[in-house]
Amino acid sequence: MGRGDRVFAGVATALAAAVPLLLVAIVLLLMADALPAVQRYGLGFLTNSMWDPVAEKFGAAAYAYGTVVTSALALLIAGPIGVGCALFIAEYAPASVRGLVAFLVDLLATIPSVIYGLWGFFVLAPVMRSGLEPFLKNTFGPLPVVGALFTGPAVGRDLLVAGVILAIMILPTVTAVSREVLRAVPDTQREGMLALGATKWETISKAVLPYARGGIAGALILGLARALGETMAVTMVIGNSSTRIQASLFTPGYTLASAIANQFTEADKAIYFSAIITIALVLLLVACALNILARLLVWSVSRGPGAGSVRA
Amino acid sequence: MGSDGGPRLEVDSLSAWYGERKAIENISLTVAPHRVTAIIGPSGCGKSTVLRCMNRMHEVVRGAHAEGKVSLNGEHVYAPEVDPVRGRRLVGMVLQKPNPFPMMSIFENAVAGLRLEGGHQQRELEEIGEHALRQAALWHEVKDIWKTASGASLSGGQQQRLCIARAMAVEPQVILMDEPCSALDPIATARIEELLHELKRDYTIAIVTHNMQQATRVSDFTAFMLSEEDRIGRLVEFASTPAIFNSPSESRTQDYISGRFG
Amino acid sequence: MTELELTTWRRVKTAALLAPSPSFDRRRVSNALASGFMLVSAAIAVSVLTLIVGNVVMSGWPALNLAFFTERPLPPGEVGGGVAPAIVGTLLMVAVGSCIGVPVGVFTAVYLSEYGRGGLAHTVSFVIDLIAGLPSIAVGVFVWAFLVRNVVGQYNGLAGGVALAIVMIPIITRTVEETLRLVPDSLREASLALGIPTWRTILRVVLPTAKAGLVTGVVLSLTRAGGETAPLLLTALGNQFFNLDPRQPMAALSVQIYQYARSPYPDWHAKAWAAALVLITLGAALSAVTRWAIQGRRKFG
Repeated sequence: MGRGDRVFAGVATALAAAVPLLLVAIVLLLMADALPAVQRYGLGFLTNSMWDPVAEKFGAAAYAYGTVVTSALALLIAGPIGVGCALFIAEYAPASVRGLVAFLVDLLATIPSVIYGLWGFFVLAPVMRSGLEPFLKNTFGPLPVVGALFTGPAVGRDLLVAGVILAIMILPTVTAVSREVLRAVPDTQREGMLALGATKWETISKAVLPYARGGIAGALILGLARALGETMAVTMVIGNSSTRIQASLFTPGYTLASAIANQFTEADKAIYFSAIITIALVLLLVACALNILARLLVWSVSRGPGAGSVRA
Repeated sequence: MGSDGGPRLEVDSLSAWYGERKAIENISLTVAPHRVTAIIGPSGCGKSTVLRCMNRMHEVVRGAHAEGKVSLNGEHVYAPEVDPVRGRRLVGMVLQKPNPFPMMSIFENAVAGLRLEGGHQQRELEEIGEHALRQAALWHEVKDIWKTASGASLSGGQQQRLCIARAMAVEPQVILMDEPCSALDPIATARIEELLHELKRDYTIAIVTHNMQQATRVSDFTAFMLSEEDRIGRLVEFASTPAIFNSPSESRTQDYISGRFG
Repeated sequence: MTELELTTWRRVKTAALLAPSPSFDRRRVSNALASGFMLVSAAIAVSVLTLIVGNVVMSGWPALNLAFFTERPLPPGEVGGGVAPAIVGTLLMVAVGSCIGVPVGVFTAVYLSEYGRGGLAHTVSFVIDLIAGLPSIAVGVFVWAFLVRNVVGQYNGLAGGVALAIVMIPIITRTVEETLRLVPDSLREASLALGIPTWRTILRVVLPTAKAGLVTGVVLSLTRAGGETAPLLLTALGNQFFNLDPRQPMAALSVQIYQYARSPYPDWHAKAWAAALVLITLGAALSAVTRWAIQGRRKFG
């Protein structure tokens, strides 16, 4: 290896090695800055819903609740529709349409978050307030258990709208990964089912989807991970006001991410910063964990299902 | 050709295309009742295409279509009022690479076809499943684990017998096999060839094979196909197996059999 | 059974299995419903896209004029002015991000594709995926803690650029690595057989062959960086005046959209839509030009 080779290889290796170092630096720095808050509030930070900067009481439970509810809602909507889209593209669409639809769905992923927020704020929210939310309130509000989700004034800037916007944003992720997964299912599985006299849907539901279920789960988890970290679109439609945990989807609130965006520039005390950075750390760790889990699941489908496993 | 009562599949002037490309032309043969009919020929000559037209699996590929007549016991399989999905129930298929459903147990695999049509009690399913597995000479090897082990946990030869059982459980009239042994070792192959002799008592069988010795071992009738420079598969000769291999009437048949090309 | 009876029985069975049947009709209905659901899902996705882009175009187009691109914002409430500082700021910070992100991304991709075998390579690849999945606001917090609070002492454009770089690196690395892997080994071997050292082979043979993928990857990361908002909120903050000094707060188009949208002024709302239109159009144009340029000379030798 000549000198030129050594230098070049050295540079490439150094820069590449800088990448894991970067991640380590991010985690360590956030941990260091979060330490004061963690030491002071401990686990109560996540279970306490009282967030009072003046009195130096920081409990992010309401924010965590907002994140969980909006992300769950997003997954509930984007899951079936995203997988449905993927199935349409992979199994149903004629050749002429397939490329176009795939391209258009991928295009959704390229729209910046702030533009989703803009659209959500000026177009979706008013439509929700004047149309969908009263409809939901009148239809489901009176029902016993479910009704609690649809009570209270429906202003159009609440957990529900945030959930819907998030659903649109994670749809392309769920579809794209699901498409990859479906492509990894061998054709012989489909043929085996068809040869037994199955309809197309039966082939999909009994052979293709069970085979791909790990990967589809991975797609959903990746969508979830994306939803968790979404900041701008959410912060523009979620209201950012109340910090009480209430059952109704019509309540405005915060998510962990939107809380950071909203309050960061207002923070004045060290402990205030520390509390916000703790939130950022939590978001980061959860996003990483979900990402790892999802990739393991997706990877397992292309490897093929394990032999000898008990029927689940 | 045998004139026994029994399921009979007739192919008459069958041609098939993949999009614009013609794959086979003007194929006519009879899959005789309770006999094994083999289709042989060099690779790429369209043997599998002919087989797949028999249960309308050919048209599953986008842009593929076929013309001509295929009839099962006199019923036209390609008639417009026939739903291919229902037709496939009558004609079972076993593919080259064993394809058990890995997410299902051996039992579930065996009765997968029955579950599609519904209306069977658990007891009934277990009986039919066991019967099919016995017919496929697999029962004794799996009877202790058939409900707990995945279909994919078996060896290659066992998987293929499971696929055969799965095809038989729905009681088709004809069984199609597309090079069923080419992915298996010689011992597994021998077991399946043994199986074929017993199966033809109850079923009519068509088998595609690139192994001429296999054709002589298992089949009663043989169709020899060839594709020329235009890559369109045509039927060269169709006769009883002894006639084809001992005294073929076409010189091309003679050349293929004696290994001049392949 | 006599032979005739057997034949008739089989024929009856065939016909019976092809005759109408309620249970099969149910299956057919389920099949049709499922197909309908898939179609509707795709239709929903496409419609939503059309709706959003349509709204951006319709609401943004009227507010586009020369002043929009060349003037700085007027005091709140006054109608007129433009977002020039934000445009300049975005361009500047994306440029800073590229200066850091492109070399790191490309070299990391080169490392993974041409050199790396074993532990470090797996780690790097794995971490690249993790960084790609980080919430961008967390990246912003990190850069704030590191550059805003400590190194510079105030919100600044440099920190914004660095935050964008972190966002860009995984995108560039992934795309370029994929393209490099597609370059046939025979090209490398031919070059090496001529006595050309590895590093020259990579620079003169492999990378140029992968030019298309390189450009695509960089363009992809540029468009993504241009639209990022959250990390910039915490690092560059925003600025209504022209500012080219990276040590000072800097405006960005995406942040401007956010700030204008929350304001009470209709003129600013219109400008927010216009800015959104500019961002989307720029992204689409860059993609289209890249694709067109690649078509012109796609050859892998």
